[in-house]
Amino acid sequence: MAVQGARLLLHHSITPLLRHSAVPLSAAMSSDAQIVVRDLRLAYGHKEVIHGISFDIQRNEIFGVIGPAQSGKTSLLRCLNRTIDFTPEARVSGVILVDGEDVRQGKDVFALRRKIGMVAPLPVGLPKSIYDNVAFAPRCAGMTRKRELDALVEQCLRQAALWDEVKDRLDSLGTKLSGGQQQRLTIARALSHQPEILCLDEFSIAIDPVTTMRIEDVLKELRQDMTIILVTNLTQQARRLADRTMFLWNGEIVELDRSEVIFSEHPANRKTYEYANGIFG
Amino acid sequence: MFAETPLVRRKQRQETIAKWLFFSMAASMIIPLILIVGYLVARAWPSLSLSFLIDVPTHGMTEGGIWPALVGTIYLVVLSLAVSAPVGVLAAVYLNEYARENWFNRIINLAVINLAGVPSIVHALFGLGAFVYAAHFGYSIISASLTLAIMTLPVIIASTREALASVPRSFREACWNVGATRWQTITAVVLPNSISGILTGVILQVSRAAGETAPIMFTGAVFYEAVQKGDLFPYRLQDQCMALSMHLYTLATQVPGVKESIPFATAVVLLGSVLLVNASAIVVRGYLRSRKKW
Repeated sequence: MAVQGARLLLHHSITPLLRHSAVPLSAAMSSDAQIVVRDLRLAYGHKEVIHGISFDIQRNEIFGVIGPAQSGKTSLLRCLNRTIDFTPEARVSGVILVDGEDVRQGKDVFALRRKIGMVAPLPVGLPKSIYDNVAFAPRCAGMTRKRELDALVEQCLRQAALWDEVKDRLDSLGTKLSGGQQQRLTIARALSHQPEILCLDEFSIAIDPVTTMRIEDVLKELRQDMTIILVTNLTQQARRLADRTMFLWNGEIVELDRSEVIFSEHPANRKTYEYANGIFG
Repeated sequence: MFAETPLVRRKQRQETIAKWLFFSMAASMIIPLILIVGYLVARAWPSLSLSFLIDVPTHGMTEGGIWPALVGTIYLVVLSLAVSAPVGVLAAVYLNEYARENWFNRIINLAVINLAGVPSIVHALFGLGAFVYAAHFGYSIISASLTLAIMTLPVIIASTREALASVPRSFREACWNVGATRWQTITAVVLPNSISGILTGVILQVSRAAGETAPIMFTGAVFYEAVQKGDLFPYRLQDQCMALSMHLYTLATQVPGVKESIPFATAVVLLGSVLLVNASAIVVRGYLRSRKKW
C-alpha cells in the first residue's frame, strides 16, 4: 500500500511537466496502467475543450471524474471509445493507450468499443424487447447460438440487478420499463459485450436515489471484474465509490489524487475543496 | 385574486377569435373535396359500372370503357416506383446516416432540392431527350416510367430523410457504444423505426405518378392502343401504352362526340384509385405506428 501511494504521488508530481510537452510513445507504453492518457487535446472546430491532459487509470480501480458542466468529462469518454469519430468537426491529438494499444491508431474500432462498456446519462432502452436489448451487442459481434445468448442475457441482467424484475417478461419492450429499470437495462447492455472497462457518464441524473443506491451496490460488485470510470456531478457519489478522483475544470486537470485526499479538508488545490464542498460549481 | 380584469377578458376574446378563425380555415378544406367529388360522381353516374372499368374504348373512343388506360397507368406507376423507391430510399439512407458535411454532399443535397422544384413539363423534355433519343428506348413504357421515376425521386429522398431523422440520435449512439457498425445500427434500429414514414412517403408518390400527364405524353403514352378486353398483360415494356390522365386529356379536348359522362367517369376512376392508394397508405401507417416502440 505504501508503495502504491508513493507511485501515485510520483505520478501526480510529474503530470504538470508532461502537460505541455510532446510525450514519446515509448515512455507512455512502459506504464503498466490499463489506460494511459498523455497530452490529450480535443477541439470542436476552433474551440479547444480539452487542453492537453495526462493521467493513468489502474486495473480494477474505480476512477471518479468530477467537474462542473462543460469541463470535458463526456468528451473525454467519447475520445476513449472513439465515438468522437461521429462528430466530424472534432479534432483529437495526444495519446490514449488501452492495455498498451494506441486507441487512435487501432484498426478495429468495434473491438475497442466492445472492450469499453458505456452508460449514457439518460437511460436509453432501444425500441426492442428486453432480451434483444441485451442480446444486441453479442449478436453484432457474431454470437448466434440461442443457449449461449440466453445464458449471457441472464448473467448481464443479474449483474445489473434487474433480472428478478423482468425475468417473466423478457419479450416485452425495453422502452416500456421505468426510468430506473431502463438505466439498469442500459448497464446490462453495456455489460453484454463483456467489457474490461465500464464507463458511467452521470448515470444517476435521471433516476431516483433508491435506484441510484442499488446501482452503486452493483458497481461495488463489478469492480472485482473490471475497471470502472465513474463520471459524476454528484461529488458525494465519487467520495462513496471512487478509489481515486480526478477534478476536471474547463478541460484541465485541477487535481488527481486518492478520494480521501480530494474530499479531505486539505486537498492540494483550494478549488478542489471549494467544488467538493459546494462552494462553487 | 382570480377576478376578471379587462386584460383577462381581452385575452379570452383573442383566444376565442383565434380558435374559430383557425378552425374555419381548416374546416374549409373539406368543401372543395366534397364539391369536386360530388360534381364528378354526379356527372359520371350514367357511365359508372364495373364493365366501364374492364371494357375497351369503342366507336372511335366515343363509347366503351377504359381498360387499356387503367392497365397502362398501373404499368407506369409500378415500374416507375420500382426504380425510384429503392434508389430514393438508399440515397436517403446514405445522405442521412453516412454522409459527412463536405462540398460533394452539399452538391447532392442541392441537386435533390432543385430536382424537386423542376416542373413536370421540364422532366418530360428531359425524358424525351435522355431516354427516348439518347438511350434509344424510343417512345415506350420504359421511357415514360423512367421519366416518372426521375420526377418522383427527389420527393421520395426528402420524405425518407425526414422519416430517418425522426429516429432519436440517442438510439444510434447506444448502438455505436456497444460496438455496432453503422450498417448494424441502420438495420437493427433506424430502419425498423422509420419504415412507416418511409412507406407513407413512397405511397404518396403513387398518386403523383398516376396523375401527371406531361411527362408521359412526350415519352410513351398514346391516344389509343388496341387491347383485348380485361387482358391483364396487354403491353410489353418497349410498347407504348394508354394512361388514365392522358386518356382524360384526349377525351376532353381531342375527340368530338364523346358520350358526355365518359370523361367524368374517367376522372372518377383516376381520382378513386388515387384516393384508394392514399387510404391504404393511411392504413399501413396506422398499423406500423401501432407497432412503433417508444
